[in-house]
Formats: sequence, structure tokens, C-alpha cells
Amino acid sequence: MKELSLHILDVTQNSIRANAKLVNLTIFESIAKNEFTITIEDDGCGISAEKLQNVTDPFVTTRTTRKVGLGLSLFKAAAETCGGYFEISSELGVGTKVVASFMRDHIDRVPLGNMPDTVVTMVMSFEETDLIYEHNYNNRSFVFNTREIKETLEVTSLNEPDILHWIREFIRDGLEEIMEEE
Amino acid sequence: MAKSLAELKAIREKKLNEINLRHGKNGYRVVVGMATCGIAAGARPVMVKLMEEVQAKNLVDVTVAQTGCIGMCKLEPIVEVYDSNDEKVTYVHMTPEKVAKVIEEHLVKGNVVTEYTMTVVDGKVIDTTVKA
Repeated sequence: MKELSLHILDVTQNSIRANAKLVNLTIFESIAKNEFTITIEDDGCGISAEKLQNVTDPFVTTRTTRKVGLGLSLFKAAAETCGGYFEISSELGVGTKVVASFMRDHIDRVPLGNMPDTVVTMVMSFEETDLIYEHNYNNRSFVFNTREIKETLEVTSLNEPDILHWIREFIRDGLEEIMEEE
Repeated sequence: MAKSLAELKAIREKKLNEINLRHGKNGYRVVVGMATCGIAAGARPVMVKLMEEVQAKNLVDVTVAQTGCIGMCKLEPIVEVYDSNDEKVTYVHMTPEKVAKVIEEHLVKGNVVTEYTMTVVDGKVIDTTVKA
């Protein structure tokens, strides 16, 4: 993947298949700590302990349309290549948590990439599933919460071009604001 | 999020009727393959372009959503267009540029853009040459 945001998009697709009601995405960036950590947590159906052991094995997938499952394997490899770590924990009926941490200045760390487009694509994919996205950049933070938007608009789905357009701008502005030089 | 609440509400007032319309039965449903293979091949810009074009052309009876791996990873990004009778047209190796043409020709005028499709009969590819 050319962008970390594509890994994020990919992993959250697993949450949809796990029938999650809520996905919590947290991105923690700190120049002082030389850290870039992505945490994705859902309340989906979870993964059994047995399955969890080989879930990052590229030759394991729950899919029946093909025999390989590359999503988590690629994300793990990306983190470990960049002096970081990858963790996945899960409990059946409770949910799954994925953490991928990178050395922020590692030469092989690909950029975060286009988060506004990733979030819009997630929202288009999510239907009833909600997303809380918190981005912490050098102790300044931005939060995007689909539940707040649904309450304001009194709708159950945000998959409407006008709403999506607004979300894209909102994310773009929000991230620009926290990443501005002081 | 408080500062944008008014703006959001304005969208709601303006679009309430269209939002109801969109869930009608007469339109097209467009789905994009959004598994690892699709994402790595460029499904996100295809999805975003669909969203932009649907908004720009104000196509109130078109919904855009995602699907998983369709099983033909080497043909990704794949876009499937379902009409109101659930008849499906599969577009392969899609790009944002091709999306613009599919929207204009297929979703607006009703003409399938055959050069971007893959020919399938009874679930099997009979023409392995991917056109265009």
C-alpha cells in the first residue's frame, strides 16, 4: 500500500464484515516521541483465539473467493519494517483491536496519505456502522464522530453526496488545523 | 463540531426530499470492490470520483456502496452497476477517468460502456481479453 490511510481503509472493511456497530480509529503522531501509531477498535463479532494465532499469515483468510488474505499481513509487515510493532487482540462477541505502530521518521514509513478521501470511502461503505476518528498530532487533537452528524441531520445513513462532500471538507480543515505550525 | 452545525442543518433542509427519493426503487446501485486487492489497485479514487460525479450531476436515484472481493483480483478496481431489475454490468480496471464516462453514458443515458466491461456468461469469463 502506498499510503497508511489505505491500510486503515482495508482493516476497517474487516469491521464491516464482522458486523461492527462502532469503529474507533485513533491516530497518534508525536514528533518528540518519534511515534506514529494507528489503533482500530471495533465491537464486531470478534475472532476466535485459535484463528487469531494465524490471522496475519498471508495464506489464511475467511474469504471463499480466494485463498490468500493479505490485508493484516501487509499492515504488520509495514509496521515491523519501520522499527515498530503490530498487535491484534480480539474476543468473540466483544470486538477486535488492531494496533500498528511506526517510527515516525523511518525512511520506509509511507505517508499517511489522503485521510479525507479515506474517511469518505469508509462512510460510504459503513451504512449503519458508526465511526469515531480521533487524530492526535503533537498533543493537538481533532475528532470526527458520525453519530454526532447523524443526530444533527436526523438520518440513519450518511451515504449522500452532499453530506459526504461536507465530511471531506470537514476532515481536510480539521487535520490542517491541528498540523499547522505554531 | 459546533461551528459547522448550522451548515449541516442547511444541507438537511435542502436535501431532505432528495434523501427520501434516493431510496426509491427506480435507480441504479453502484458497488465498488473494496477488499485489499481493490484498495491496493486504486478503488478509493474510483469510489470518490463516483461520489463527486453523482453530486455534480445531481443523480438522485443512484446509490454508491462497497462490496468485498469479487474473486477476480487482477481485474480490480472493479465497479458493478445494478439496475432496478438487479441486472448487473461489471466494469473492470476502472479509473476515475473511466468513471466519468460510465456515469455519463450508462447512468445518465442508459448505454452500457462495453469497452470497459468484461464479458461473462453463466459466471464464466468467455472473453479473457480485457478491453481498453
